[in-house]
Amino acid sequence: MAKIIVVTSGKGGVGKTTTSAAIGTGLALSGFKTVVIDFDVGLRNLDLIMGCERRVVYDFVNVIKQEATLNQALIKDKRTDNLFILPASQTRDKDALTQEGVGTVLDELAETFDYIICDSPAGIEKGAQMALYFADVAIVTTNPEVSSVRDSDRILGILQSKSRRAEKADEPVQEHLLLTRYNPARVDAGEMLSVSDVEDILAIPLLGVIPESEAVLKASNSGTPVILDSASDAGQAYDDAVQRLLGKELEHRFLHAPKKGFFQRFLGGK
Amino acid sequence: MSFFDYFRSKAQPTSAELAKERLQIIVAHERGARANPDYLPQMQQEIIAVIKKYIAIDQDQVSVQLDSNDDCSVLEVNVTLPD
Repeated sequence: MAKIIVVTSGKGGVGKTTTSAAIGTGLALSGFKTVVIDFDVGLRNLDLIMGCERRVVYDFVNVIKQEATLNQALIKDKRTDNLFILPASQTRDKDALTQEGVGTVLDELAETFDYIICDSPAGIEKGAQMALYFADVAIVTTNPEVSSVRDSDRILGILQSKSRRAEKADEPVQEHLLLTRYNPARVDAGEMLSVSDVEDILAIPLLGVIPESEAVLKASNSGTPVILDSASDAGQAYDDAVQRLLGKELEHRFLHAPKKGFFQRFLGGK
Repeated sequence: MSFFDYFRSKAQPTSAELAKERLQIIVAHERGARANPDYLPQMQQEIIAVIKKYIAIDQDQVSVQLDSNDDCSVLEVNVTLPD
């Protein structure tokens, strides 16, 4: 039975698509047949982040409207085995996503895939609601910043009231916190919310902490999921998060700034 | 923190502490509102409208709160009358 994971946040620009690409790739690398679906109709970007933008022919909305089959629309990743992308439509509007339509496509995918990653658009409108409705697991992507944390709490409320599991009074959606763009040096300086601050407020289990990293922009520049940059801190942090998602217990890394030398500390240099 | 920072006063909270405090308050408030039934804001408006027919009061002089215990819910309407 396929597991449906929604990557969501409420706020835009916190790293949902980066996370969807990285986690999807990580699960596929671990041997699970994985599909990543872009729910951001009209503003698709997953294709660009995963480097398959020139191979898009049919999209999610075409499949929902039965203008194309699932096999025609699915794009097989060229780098990673077991990994597929279902791009969003760039021309339709969000109303093209109907609950029955999305449900039918997910059911068909569930027959052959182990993991279905739903990359949610920002906001709490139709697209975001459709992305989280069918989820078994939610990865709530949050930046250590007031507006992002507040919006994440709002999304948690929606997961607990408007998801299919909530409506059917099934076991609730499994919620995970993924803290992204974390800057340990600024946390130490008292300029940024710490991991434990955000955990205290949102009160959901921590899946991982992704440090603010130059590797993320470099990865998106070239259309390579950052998890494939295994030398980078962000790539390693995403890899840890994937392993935790699969049930491994790993200590959290990249929570502290590199130690300064004695003279640097004494003089307050950066 | 540099050597010289030790001479500065420590009374000011850091900006991160301020952020956490503000978030805790707003998140608690919004969670409370989420737990309330949908009709509560509308009912509050209507109760205020009725009172306003007889007494000149402001919006913020009326508080409507719904508390649920195990087996009963209490609707508390608090009106501060002007002198």
